[in-house]
Amino acid sequence: MNTILQWCDSVLSNEIWFYLLTTVIKLVLIFAVILAFVVLSVWIERRVAGWIQDRPGPNRAGIPLFLFKRFGSKEKQPLKNVLHFFGIPEDCWIARLCKWLRLDGEIPTFGLMQPCLDGGKLFLKQELTPKYVRKVYFTIAPMLVLGPPMVAAAVIPFASTVNTCYGEISMCVANLGIGPLWIFAISGLSVYGLSLAGWSSNSKYPFLGGLRASAQLISYEVAMGLSIIPLLMMFGTLNLQDIVQFQADNGWTLLPFWGEGLSVQRWAMYAPIAISFVIFVTCVFAEANRTPFDMAECETDLVGGYHTEYSSMKFASFFMGEYAAMVIGSALVVTLFFGGWSIGFGADAALSAWNEWVAVLCQFLMFLIKLVAFIFFFVWVRWTLPRFRWDQVMKLGWLVFLEVAVANIFLAAAILYFIQ
Amino acid sequence: MSYVPIKRPKFSFLDKIYVVELVKGLIITFKHLALSLLGKSRSKKDFNGKGVGACMPFPEQRWDAHLPEYYRGAPTLVRGEDGRERCVSCQLCEFICPARAITVTPGPVAEGSGLEKQEKAPAEFEIDMLRCIYCGMCQEVCPEQAIFLSKEYLITLTDRKDAIRNKAQLYKLGGTRKGLVNKWNQYK
Repeated sequence: MNTILQWCDSVLSNEIWFYLLTTVIKLVLIFAVILAFVVLSVWIERRVAGWIQDRPGPNRAGIPLFLFKRFGSKEKQPLKNVLHFFGIPEDCWIARLCKWLRLDGEIPTFGLMQPCLDGGKLFLKQELTPKYVRKVYFTIAPMLVLGPPMVAAAVIPFASTVNTCYGEISMCVANLGIGPLWIFAISGLSVYGLSLAGWSSNSKYPFLGGLRASAQLISYEVAMGLSIIPLLMMFGTLNLQDIVQFQADNGWTLLPFWGEGLSVQRWAMYAPIAISFVIFVTCVFAEANRTPFDMAECETDLVGGYHTEYSSMKFASFFMGEYAAMVIGSALVVTLFFGGWSIGFGADAALSAWNEWVAVLCQFLMFLIKLVAFIFFFVWVRWTLPRFRWDQVMKLGWLVFLEVAVANIFLAAAILYFIQ
Repeated sequence: MSYVPIKRPKFSFLDKIYVVELVKGLIITFKHLALSLLGKSRSKKDFNGKGVGACMPFPEQRWDAHLPEYYRGAPTLVRGEDGRERCVSCQLCEFICPARAITVTPGPVAEGSGLEKQEKAPAEFEIDMLRCIYCGMCQEVCPEQAIFLSKEYLITLTDRKDAIRNKAQLYKLGGTRKGLVNKWNQYK
């Protein structure tokens, strides 16, 4: 046992091995989290959308219990037995809560099996490649839609930096000095995916859908990049981990209630920051091809848009790629505007001083909670707004957002210069 | 070609920004969400809903009790109060059926049954449920008040053969109906 520990110690003391191991562990963790969040956002999309529309949403998918049914577990009414065992009367609030949570029958899954079974269905469907498509581009297009969001997740910080005896672990897969630029650059690759999908499908509607999607994406990338600049002027750095650390110490960008956030300059900067927030969030919606900007894939105009000719697993890749882009967009918004992993009100420093790894865990949970809240916001907006018309989308991107973002930069610069 | 200029409504500055409208819309949707989860959706009573939202969870709860009097379900043959099978195989329903779902083979009346006045009775009467469109025209045209559309709407089959209902099944589903005109009174 001792020799194993000594060997581990010698491996970790070597800087390169330490970096490699921690990066691989973080990579696996982030990859799993992103995939899990894609599944979760499908659930949120279907179930919460149902609730918004006054209907229960898909709740029939369950775990097949035919094995247990043979042994009579359904007839035995497990809830009643448990209540009797603890002496709880059957009409008190505990029993009613259990009945509301549907614990008195089969194992309740609250519809969480639905996305898994959706994936299973898409996996088992017939994979049909029409013979009139350009096979090479047809095949690589879904990869170019699913891949970039996964890669872009590399710079998102999910907890504060931890100092161990072997070195410093910065809790993002790659602590790049360029931060958001990495995300913008990699998201630009998904434009290739959509236009190749539309072009290779060799059919009118997908072609139009692909054109519209790529035009929309490149229009909103410009405004997205420009709208961030006032924030970066305020932070002074592009490194996302440093940005979140700054927010943890000095108040979140949109909620500056502690530290230096209470200064006059920060509150004077609130107007440019709010404008920046609105423009950035709208651009993230447009980048993820999400209603109200989902002109490229709407069924009323374009059958399926750029993914009409795709079936089974390739369609699943588009599907998952859209949700992954939504998750990455939410993560970026949370990181830049809502303090990323920060728990708020200076609690991070206190928690870190007490126990670093507990702090890391709490901050990770906080990040996930904020991410879920933002994904809920995405779904909420989807079921609130009607789709924008194509010319409205283009006008908004080029005539409104570009101008307002540039004007915002000047406004922010003026405020930062004149108000100290 | 003449042009008709369309007058667009005048938008105020706040309308143009759209953010205010967006927030108003989000509040409306959030109200729907909150009410659904609390089980108090607004039109729940009208839709006989149960649980989350305003919907009736179908297989657990059915709307058989809420079907109106004039609901058109599956067609059936009925007997009168005196127990007589009312169909005389005039084939009017067969001819008027738009989907050609009904097939009638007329035959003689059973000897000594006291029904000689009606001269015909169906030897075979088949309705193909896969063709029936539940329009109710057979019920409208029948001069004998013999065919009536019941309230049965859940018809699931596992085999195509089971879709063709014969005379015995139709009479069994129809049962006895009261208050019908007694045309073939034997004392007249």
